[in-house]
Amino acid sequence: MAIIVNKLNYNYNDGGKTTQVLKDISVVIPDGQFLGIIGHTGSGKSTFVQHLNGLLKAGSGTVYYNGEDISDKDYDLKKLRSKVGLVFQYPEHQLFEVDVFKDVCFGPRNLGLEEKKVQLRAFAALKQVGVPEELFYASPFELSGGQKRRVAIAGVLAMEPEVLILDEPTAGLDPKGRDELLEQLAKLQKEREITIILVSHSMEDMANYAERILVMDQGSIVLDGTPKEVFAHDKELEEMGLASPQVTYIMKELKKRGFSVEEKVTTIEEAKKEILNSFKRKVAGC
Amino acid sequence: MEMIKIKNLIHEYIRRDEEENVVDIKRAVDDISIDVKPGEFVAILGHNGSGKSTLAKHINALLYPGEGTVWVNGMDTSAEENLWKVRESAGMVFQNPDNQIIGSVVEEDVGFGPENMGVPTEEIWQRVEESLKAVGMWQYRKKSPNRLSGGQKQRVAIAGVVAMHPKCIILDEATAMLDPSGRKEVLRAVRALNMVEEVTIIHITHYMEEVIYADKVFVMDQGKVVMEGTPKEIFSQVEKLQKLRLDVPQVTLLAHELKKAGVPIEDGILTIDELMEQLDKRK
Repeated sequence: MAIIVNKLNYNYNDGGKTTQVLKDISVVIPDGQFLGIIGHTGSGKSTFVQHLNGLLKAGSGTVYYNGEDISDKDYDLKKLRSKVGLVFQYPEHQLFEVDVFKDVCFGPRNLGLEEKKVQLRAFAALKQVGVPEELFYASPFELSGGQKRRVAIAGVLAMEPEVLILDEPTAGLDPKGRDELLEQLAKLQKEREITIILVSHSMEDMANYAERILVMDQGSIVLDGTPKEVFAHDKELEEMGLASPQVTYIMKELKKRGFSVEEKVTTIEEAKKEILNSFKRKVAGC
Repeated sequence: MEMIKIKNLIHEYIRRDEEENVVDIKRAVDDISIDVKPGEFVAILGHNGSGKSTLAKHINALLYPGEGTVWVNGMDTSAEENLWKVRESAGMVFQNPDNQIIGSVVEEDVGFGPENMGVPTEEIWQRVEESLKAVGMWQYRKKSPNRLSGGQKQRVAIAGVVAMHPKCIILDEATAMLDPSGRKEVLRAVRALNMVEEVTIIHITHYMEEVIYADKVFVMDQGKVVMEGTPKEIFSQVEKLQKLRLDVPQVTLLAHELKKAGVPIEDGILTIDELMEQLDKRK
């Protein structure tokens, strides 16, 4: 079971002028993957992910979820949206209830679950994203940016989705808040085996968390691979308005200067190991 | 004279119930005193809720001091007659580009500020041209802002501020929503304004690598300035920053980790070149 996207095309119509936003996108996203999507602003990332839960309807091509074509007339889109949860940019702008707990209850209640189940789910979801209990009955508007963001994500989690799509979930969070949120997503992926699809502008976060990265440019997927494979294309990424993590550039530079290090490195941890090993080899005289 | 002088500034957010009784007081800025000289590039770091934005709003007279005084270009921000002069001297760019663009065409949006100030029409167009060129958006002057990318919108917002000829620009997490090239574009535009036009810059950000060009860095925590120094001095204290929920650039962190593992490297490495220089010695 998986998400299968086959030759997806999508156009915007703007006063008679047609712009092709998605061009012939074909991709398979297996269950339980931590998938990153990068691309400059306007490359089609957000448009693409909105097709995955049926918010946008394909111009041509097909999106299959668990083997079913989601554009079929009798396909239950409401059910799809409870299975494929989408957290928009700045989700905290969508908080509206009088307290945190009520806000998180909204989604599962809408699914028609009985009240007790709704509350259990809301409780579990808030716990999963690390919101402390003393904040459950606070007004959402009293929380800090990072806390609000988490409450909004809990609102989607409480629907118990199989796939969680997050569009720029860390924008505006401080570095610690960013790390905490990403750690929690990685944990959810491992413990509940849900698929995480993360749209982000932070190459470092992608390198640290994603198992696979899709790079989008002008509506197409232009690179698809592990962080190591993708970030080896630093020149092409730069041409697309992206970059590799700084640590990848460091290793390239070291290699250029004659250090015997592997240059396909994307995390600090690996870089440290590589550099220390190269010193050790030198001391050992080989 | 300082561009900005803040003396013993205190700002409290006070919450009241229906009967106007005070139910909660939160001190967002707690006795801050800082000076910023004309032409300086100052960065402010701090975790969410540390008081950075509250402080920034005081420099633009969007907030007035509870206690203490803020002077912008010598003008006390709490004096009502200074209000417009203060805002002309210190322009502000916010995080979300979609909330600050009002014109339906880029050049109109940029012209709005100076028009509002009563600048003669001829000069408005001159200023629009200069400002859009300064941020590299001249070729988009006839476009509708909502067709632009985030980085482009943000540069239009900056051009709108630049067109008012401010002495100081405050960027309140203006790069938070941008992709890497958008961030670079904005930073480049801001640094050019700083170096060529000598506009004072106050840059609030969570991206540590944007801070390395600053002349001075302030780190805030619980409404206070807890660290102050050059980027090198600040980023030499990796553990302390991490405790404050902050971070250092990757190159700084790698150098720090290598040093901990026994490689003799100076503290506060800020660029790849500096790291190479240190490691080359060991080759």
